[in-house]
Amino acid sequence: MTLAARDLRWDAGGRIIVDGVTLAAAPGRMLGLVGPNGSGKSSLLRLLCGLRQVKSGVVILDGTDISGLSRRAVARRIAVVEQHAGTLARVTVEDVVRLGRTPRRGALSPWTEADEAAVASALARVGLGTRRDQPWETLSGGERQRAQIARALAQEPSELVLDEPTNHLDVRHQLDMLALVRGLGVTSIVALHDLNLAALFCDEVAVLAGGRLLRSGPPETVLTAGMIAEVFGVRAEVRLSALSGRPHIEYRLD
Amino acid sequence: MRGIALPGTGWLPWVLAGLASLGLLGLAVAIAMTVGEMRIPLRVALQALGNGLFDLGYAVNPIQQGVLLDYRLSRALFAASCGGALAVCGVTLQALLRNPLAEPYLLGISAGASTGAVAVMVLGLGGAVLGVSGGALLGAILALLTVALLAAGAGGASERVILSGVAASQIFNAATATVVTTFASAEQARGVMFWLLGSLGGVRWPDVWLAAPVTLAGFAICLVHARTLDAFTFGEDAAASLGVSVPRVRLVLFGTTAAMTAIMVSIAGAVGFVGLLIPHAVRLIVGPRHSRLLPAALVTGAVFLVLADILSRVLIARQVVPIGVVTALFGAPAFALILTRVRRSA
Repeated sequence: MTLAARDLRWDAGGRIIVDGVTLAAAPGRMLGLVGPNGSGKSSLLRLLCGLRQVKSGVVILDGTDISGLSRRAVARRIAVVEQHAGTLARVTVEDVVRLGRTPRRGALSPWTEADEAAVASALARVGLGTRRDQPWETLSGGERQRAQIARALAQEPSELVLDEPTNHLDVRHQLDMLALVRGLGVTSIVALHDLNLAALFCDEVAVLAGGRLLRSGPPETVLTAGMIAEVFGVRAEVRLSALSGRPHIEYRLD
Repeated sequence: MRGIALPGTGWLPWVLAGLASLGLLGLAVAIAMTVGEMRIPLRVALQALGNGLFDLGYAVNPIQQGVLLDYRLSRALFAASCGGALAVCGVTLQALLRNPLAEPYLLGISAGASTGAVAVMVLGLGGAVLGVSGGALLGAILALLTVALLAAGAGGASERVILSGVAASQIFNAATATVVTTFASAEQARGVMFWLLGSLGGVRWPDVWLAAPVTLAGFAICLVHARTLDAFTFGEDAAASLGVSVPRVRLVLFGTTAAMTAIMVSIAGAVGFVGLLIPHAVRLIVGPRHSRLLPAALVTGAVFLVLADILSRVLIARQVVPIGVVTALFGAPAFALILTRVRRSA
């Protein structure tokens, strides 16, 4: 058990956003978080990586309550890729990826060969190895997302938290992105909108609605026509794809 | 391969850049010593400096010696401290607030410091305990809190911070004007108004001994946080997820910038736009990394304000234009330029 949550609650301005969620991410596997807009996916992710204080409940990282760890200690374990990463600073791809080394360096320690190796390998893994000097402002949405993933990899995390990493990407890049994350071998928790992508890539899927965890388990047991009707209010047919052996969802127009 | 500082070779460019910038600063200070109502040749200025520092015994006219050492040198060294401090504050605030327009003057910190200083000067608040600098510091902190409160009320978005700064400036400037018009004597009022526009006329050695250490200490604190400031590139959550303790860093760095601004304002009044102009100019040359940006801003800001002070003395014959007017002359167009660029990329 690497990253787990027990009975998490969180509210914003008196409105309950996350309402008693208990879940666990299995080591080295990909956990998909699905649910309608406003179901609390992003908030839950922020709680899981300690970016928000829980109102009650605990987030447990390898048996330790995360609220007792320093920000730095958490950042050496968990890397986060947020939904909208934007900046006005005139940074290059390399500048962005170097940021990932922040939790591993002291305030005054020099840039070491280990730092350089981590940055180079992270850039290579997302296919930006030759684009180091390209300015951030000239990158496409997919390239920015990949640069942020490379930054997360440079942190050398054992857990990776991603909020809608496939947003604004074309089909090719959506598939590449999730295949990349899956191939990393780290524990990952990924919020996704596209149920078919969740079915295709995730080892486990957790369904969130109104801040509550409705169901979790392997895609074939969770992503059912009944669940989709109940949670999203959409009629769908789900069959096992002969191509992938995983559930495939077709929506029906009323 | 680039970006790697190989052990043993990485320091050379730094040392060269450091020496070059110190040389430039020395040159600017030397020019500042020769220019003024009494023109004094550079040779005499250097001789006087030699007499003052090492007691070399050159034959220098005692009046010239006095003007050079007691007025012009202290004034130039204060200008350097003040310019460096304001530029470093600009870099730090821009990174923390992720706002290219953030600087002490536009955020109302200078206005708050002015109000605090005037309250002590005119009303005698706090008396000998507080002092003008202490009053300025309290005013600066009050202004920062006001801006933070207004910005939070306006939704906390970083664009709102500048609007909140404008509002805070207005509030504190109104408070200052009220204090001056209601309680100050005519002569006091004249002096205060001139000081408010930014003036180095009254600077003497004790001011240098206060300003220079504050600038260097503030710079050191910001430089230690250079990587932390880099981590704010994509916002506060991103910084936190990189291991930065955001509340602690904000407390330390907002406090540091408020203190630096307050000390400079208490001595020279509100000198605007240095914190805006210099960071943007320097960023074009050394790039966005704060480990380079902060030292470069320190030196460039210092040189800029020394030169601005020279200009303020020669712009109109027999008159000294307030230095705040000179910096605004350069700063306001730069502000407009940056504003249009921000709009385009947003």
